[in-house]
Amino acid sequence: MSKAVEALSARIQARFSDHVVTHTALGELTVEVPAQQLLSVARALRDEEEFFFEELLDVCGVDLLTYGEAEWDTVSASCTGFSRAVGKPHKIKTQPQDGQRFAVIYHLLSVKNNQRVRLKVMLDEAHLIIDSVIGLWACADWYEREAFDLFGIMFKGHPDLRRLLTDYGFIGHPFRKDFPLQGNVEMRYDTEKRRVVYEPVSIELRTLVPRVIRAEHAVKSVTEGEG
Amino acid sequence: MPEIRNYTLNFGPQHPSAHGVLRLVLELDGEVIERADPHIGLLHRGTEKLAESKPYNQSIPYMDRLDYISMMCNEHGYVLALEKMLGIVAPQRAQYIRVMFDEITRILNHCMWLGAHALDIGAMTVFLYAFREREDLMDAYEAVSGARLHAAYYRPGGVYRDLPDSMAKYQPSKWHKQKEVDRLNENRQGSLLDFIEDFTRRFPTYVDEYETLLTDNRIWKQRTVGIGVVSPERALQMGFTGPMLRGSGIEWDLRKKQPYAVYDQLDFDIPVGVTGDCYDRYLVRIEEMRQSNEIIKQCIDWLRNNPGPVMLDDHKHVPPKREQMKGNMESLIHHFKLFTEGYALPEGEVYTAVEHPKGEFGVYLVSDGANKPYRLKIRAPGFPHLAALDEMSRGHMIADVVAIIGTQDIVFGEIDR
Repeated sequence: MSKAVEALSARIQARFSDHVVTHTALGELTVEVPAQQLLSVARALRDEEEFFFEELLDVCGVDLLTYGEAEWDTVSASCTGFSRAVGKPHKIKTQPQDGQRFAVIYHLLSVKNNQRVRLKVMLDEAHLIIDSVIGLWACADWYEREAFDLFGIMFKGHPDLRRLLTDYGFIGHPFRKDFPLQGNVEMRYDTEKRRVVYEPVSIELRTLVPRVIRAEHAVKSVTEGEG
Repeated sequence: MPEIRNYTLNFGPQHPSAHGVLRLVLELDGEVIERADPHIGLLHRGTEKLAESKPYNQSIPYMDRLDYISMMCNEHGYVLALEKMLGIVAPQRAQYIRVMFDEITRILNHCMWLGAHALDIGAMTVFLYAFREREDLMDAYEAVSGARLHAAYYRPGGVYRDLPDSMAKYQPSKWHKQKEVDRLNENRQGSLLDFIEDFTRRFPTYVDEYETLLTDNRIWKQRTVGIGVVSPERALQMGFTGPMLRGSGIEWDLRKKQPYAVYDQLDFDIPVGVTGDCYDRYLVRIEEMRQSNEIIKQCIDWLRNNPGPVMLDDHKHVPPKREQMKGNMESLIHHFKLFTEGYALPEGEVYTAVEHPKGEFGVYLVSDGANKPYRLKIRAPGFPHLAALDEMSRGHMIADVVAIIGTQDIVFGEIDR
């Protein structure tokens, strides 16, 4: 399997030369594509005989805002280090693509050649727009609506970019890292008004298990293929 | 002359054949569907976001609640992702147990699908028959995990515990006399494997019963033949996997093409459809049940002859046994660390896929080296299938929408996540 992945990686690198960056980790191939090249690369991957990725399995967004942040100091003992760790998170390491907050991930499958590839497109927060691949794979429709709904990523050329999973009239993009886990509003039925009312959320977030990054895992970095 | 306008109909979310909480906005021309717009998300719980705030092991029970008809297959996808990142491989016996329960789950899922699908388009009896078989299989779930649905049985490094040597038995009560209880307990005298083996002996005749009721049934054929036809090209375009893709004639099954666990050591066939209509997908799933039964038999034979560990002995990732924990300082520390902090995955990203009863269930995991996932994305097989409902139902009658929803095997737990 891994030999085939290496070979595919070489072929993709040769075909698109300096437009893309490929790396393999855990027997999986990731191709980093600049946003401007996405459509041309995707079209070639779909149509050309040696790739033939006729099926788009998944599209998802990733928000790298808090990448590498831990809530617990494990390097040195401190007067606060072993508390319940609800204090301020501190950054252990930064994400490899510095400054670019969002990534859009595409998982492709070739049924004919029995191979998979992952495309990764990095996006700036200021310019959160990317070409829609709906013209290449029809199933991108809902996946892109989902990514728009949850992360606020815009897809240029999508005919019907509505929210998909969240409530009608929902405000915000819930899977962004700066969106609180407990949400912003809660809903209940008001017996006096005899309708459903929305109110500011009353529950507080409680960290049960702090997020920990230990030194032995922090050393491995870009060579492993990042996140 | 009066203007002719299309009629818009709201279908669901509280409709018995909406299979959960599907709200469908149908644009109709008379009784013919012009456009179908599914509104989903009524069961959205943010599983992926919740997983980001929990250590890895605490998200395993969430996986059961995704596709709540095929629980253990979801767990399998997630656990494989963790194992791949950690670089550990479950012992062989655990892998056979997983495969056996994956196939039990497939039968559970297909029985539920068959019953509900048949009920939706007019056949009552199949539903009752299918639930009779589900009962036995859920007893098998209960025997290994203590829960009939949400098992949380697969863990990174193996399965939670080995198969039990005895089955729970019915007790006589005010409502069940001794004689009746004896009859119910007849196949529960031996171990769990004996119980499942007894089931696999009976199951082919049950499938024959379903087929007697449906396969040549005139009404069934009128409702399914030529309904929701998907060509192989369109099936790939729309991201179909599993029986939906095979029903359209594409031979694609991860168990054969990209085998995981011990599927490469088992002997089974992949049924493929020809025309890609609802009837073909019905035939494919029926045959899948028979094949799953064969796989279970092979697993039982292997498991009988090969006792061994079902969990790794690596206490950096797997908690030690309770007796060890009570008597050994090292084990106590491991136990404490695993249950307070959990284990950390190395930095990186991984995508694993399993052949779930509904299609490809994929888990994409990004880790930044912490004890919690940085991002977890679940690729639910039903999601692209439901997205294709619009295309599949165009030009059909309202009643056919129900048949198409049925054939897609929709479960909202996984679509809404």
